[in-house]
Amino acid sequence: MYKYDQYDQAMVDARVEEFRDQARRRMEGSLSEDQFKPLRLMNGLYLQLHAYMLRVAVPYGTLNSRQLEALADIAEKYDRGYGHFTTRQNIQYNWIKLEDAADILADLAKVEMHAIQTSGNCIRNISADHFAGAASDEVTDPRPYAELLRQWSSFHPEFTYLPRKFKFCVIASEKDRAAMRLHDIGIRIVQNAAGETGAQFYVGGGMGRTPMIAPLIRDFVPIDQLITYAEAALRVYNRYGRRDNKFKARIKILVHELGAAEYTRQVEEEFAHLLSVGVEPPHEELARIAAHFVAPAFVDGPKTLDRSDPDFALWVDRNTHRHKHDAYVSAVISLKPAGGIPGDATAQQMRVIAKLARNYSFDELRVMHTQNLLLPHVRIADLPAIWAALDAAGLAAPNMDTIEDIIACPGLDYCSLANARSIPLAQRISERFAKSGRTEVVGELKLKISGCINACGHHHAGHIGILGVDRKGTENYQLSLGGSEAEDVSLAKITGPGFDEDGVIAAVEKVTDIYLAARADGERFLDTYRRIGMEPFKEALYG
Amino acid sequence: MVEFRDLGTSPDEVQFRFRDDEPVDHGTVTVDSCCDQTNATAVRIEPGDDARLLLPFLDRLALVEVNFPSFTDGRGYSAARILREAGYTGELRAVGDVLIDQLSHMRRCGFDSFAPDRRLDEDDAARAFATWEQVYQRAADTRRTIADKRHEA
Repeated sequence: MYKYDQYDQAMVDARVEEFRDQARRRMEGSLSEDQFKPLRLMNGLYLQLHAYMLRVAVPYGTLNSRQLEALADIAEKYDRGYGHFTTRQNIQYNWIKLEDAADILADLAKVEMHAIQTSGNCIRNISADHFAGAASDEVTDPRPYAELLRQWSSFHPEFTYLPRKFKFCVIASEKDRAAMRLHDIGIRIVQNAAGETGAQFYVGGGMGRTPMIAPLIRDFVPIDQLITYAEAALRVYNRYGRRDNKFKARIKILVHELGAAEYTRQVEEEFAHLLSVGVEPPHEELARIAAHFVAPAFVDGPKTLDRSDPDFALWVDRNTHRHKHDAYVSAVISLKPAGGIPGDATAQQMRVIAKLARNYSFDELRVMHTQNLLLPHVRIADLPAIWAALDAAGLAAPNMDTIEDIIACPGLDYCSLANARSIPLAQRISERFAKSGRTEVVGELKLKISGCINACGHHHAGHIGILGVDRKGTENYQLSLGGSEAEDVSLAKITGPGFDEDGVIAAVEKVTDIYLAARADGERFLDTYRRIGMEPFKEALYG
Repeated sequence: MVEFRDLGTSPDEVQFRFRDDEPVDHGTVTVDSCCDQTNATAVRIEPGDDARLLLPFLDRLALVEVNFPSFTDGRGYSAARILREAGYTGELRAVGDVLIDQLSHMRRCGFDSFAPDRRLDEDDAARAFATWEQVYQRAADTRRTIADKRHEA
C-alpha cells in the first residue's frame, strides 16, 4: 500500500494550513460566501439540508487499519458515531460543524488522509477496481497508475476551475468492477502484443441527467505518456467545455457535441504539443510508486472449508470473490443489512473491521463503489473466524450483488438537491426480500436508487433503477430496467409512468415475478431482460 | 463587446509584479484587433478567445492581459500556459476577479503580474503566493517537481 514520504506529507499539511486560513478569512468577512464556497468544496465540505457534510477521500478505495480507526474516531469525536461510504469509494460524515473542519483535516493528515478535491469543479478522487491487487484476471495492479494520477491531479494549477467536476477511474482487467465507462475519463491498463504496458482512454461517460457511455478515444497510450495524455484531454475540456449552462458542462456533453472523432483529433494535437513541452514525471516515479504495491507474501494453505453451518456456507458463496492465489479469497463485508441504510457503518463496526484487516488481510481494506467494504486478501482457512466476528458485529449479511445489495444516494433525508427519499425505499425493499427469502431465489440483481436526476445512486446503471422525482409536491418514483455498469455496460430504460412509494416496491416485486417465470437456466435478471425485452415487464406493470 | 480605446489595465492598477522591466504604459487591444494590426504590442485575452491565435505575433508583444470576469472561469489558466509553452517571455497579467486563493496557481501557469479588480490584503497575498513549498506537476514555471526531487541523481 502507498505510504507518504516527506513530500506527500508536506502537501497535505500545507493544505490543512491553507484551509485554516481560508476559514479564518471567511469568518473575518474578507471572503464572501460566494468566494468561499468553491474553496470549501475543494476541501470536501458541503452545506446540506441540516448541517455541513464532510467527504473524505479514500484514494482508489484503499485503506489500512490505522486509517479506518482514525475514521471511526472522527465519527465519534465530530459526528454522531457513524460514517457513510459512497459510490466514489469515499466516506462522508453528515453532521459536521464548520468550525471543526480544519481540525478534522488535521486529524486526517496524521494518518496520510485528506479531503482534497472531493468536491468542486476539479479532478476528484480517482477510483479503481476494488479487487485491485487481488483479482485473478487483472493484467497488473491498477493502483500505481491511480496514485500517479492522484499526485498529478492534486492542486493542479491549470485544472482547478474546470467547467464542472471531473472523475477518473482506473481498472486493469477485461471485467469492469468499477463502472469505468461511466466516468469522465475511464482508463483500462492493458498490455499490447509486444508485452508493453499502456492505457486505453475512454472519455466522456457519466450518469447525471444525461447519461452517456464513454467512447474509446485511444486504444493504447504508452504508459510513460499517461500523464501527458491526461493533461491533453483535460486541457481541451478546460478550454472548450461549456460554461454557459451548468447542466451541459460535463465533458460528456463536449465529446457528444463535437463528436468523439473531433474531440480525439483535438486531444491528439494537444498531446503532440505537450510531448514536446515535457510534462510527464520522470519514469522512475512510476516504478517508485509501484514498489509500494508489491503483492504481499501469500503462503499456501487449505483450499476447502467445513461448510456444515449453512449460514456460514451461504456467506462464503455470496460474499467471497476468487483471488489470484488459490489459498486466498477476497471477502466482501456487506454494509447492507436488511432494513439498514446502505453504506453506513458505526464507529464500533469500523473498529471491528480494522482489526480483522490487521489480523487477517495484510492490514489492507477496500471501499467498494457498491458501498461495501472488502478484505482483499484472506486465507480460506481464516474465513470461519472472520465470519464469526462479522456476524457478531452485524456485518455478515450474505447479499453481495443481490437485490439487498442496493446502492442508494443519501436522498431527501440529507441532500439539498434531492426530490425524494432514497434511504427508506432501500430499507423497505431489502427488508421485504430478506423476509420472504426471495433474495436467494432471484440471485444477482443490482438495484440502484437515486433521489434526484443527478443520479448519485447510479440508477441508470441498475439492472433495476429507481429515480425519485417530485410530482406536484409529492414523491414519485420512476422505474427503469436493463442498466449495467460492468463490461457489458448499458443504460437502463424507463418502464413507463412512475409510482408512489408503496407502488414502486410492489412494482419491483412484479418485475422479479416476470423474471422468475421467464428465466432460462443460469440467466441473471439482466440476461433475461435482454432476451425478452421490455414488453412483458410493461404488460405486468401497466397492463 | 464594445471596444474601448483604453481597454486594459494601467501600470498603477497592477498590485503584484514579478518582473524588472518597465511596464507597458498604453492600452491593450482585443485578440481580433491584434491579429489584424501589425503594430500592437499589448493585447487582452477574454475567456472565450483562442490564445493560439496570438502565437504568430509573440515576438512583438510586450504585454498580454488575461481577463477573469469571474474567478470560477478557469480558461485563462490554459491560455497562460499555452503562451508560455510557445516561448512568450513578455508580461502576462491576470486581471479582473483575481482573488487571494487563486494567486499561487496563476503564478504556476505563468502569470507574472496581477491587477485585481479590488486590491488584495498584502499579508494574505504574500501567504498565498507561498502556499505550496512543493509542487507535484510540471507547469509554466521552472520549479522542480516533487517527482524530480525524488529522483535527482
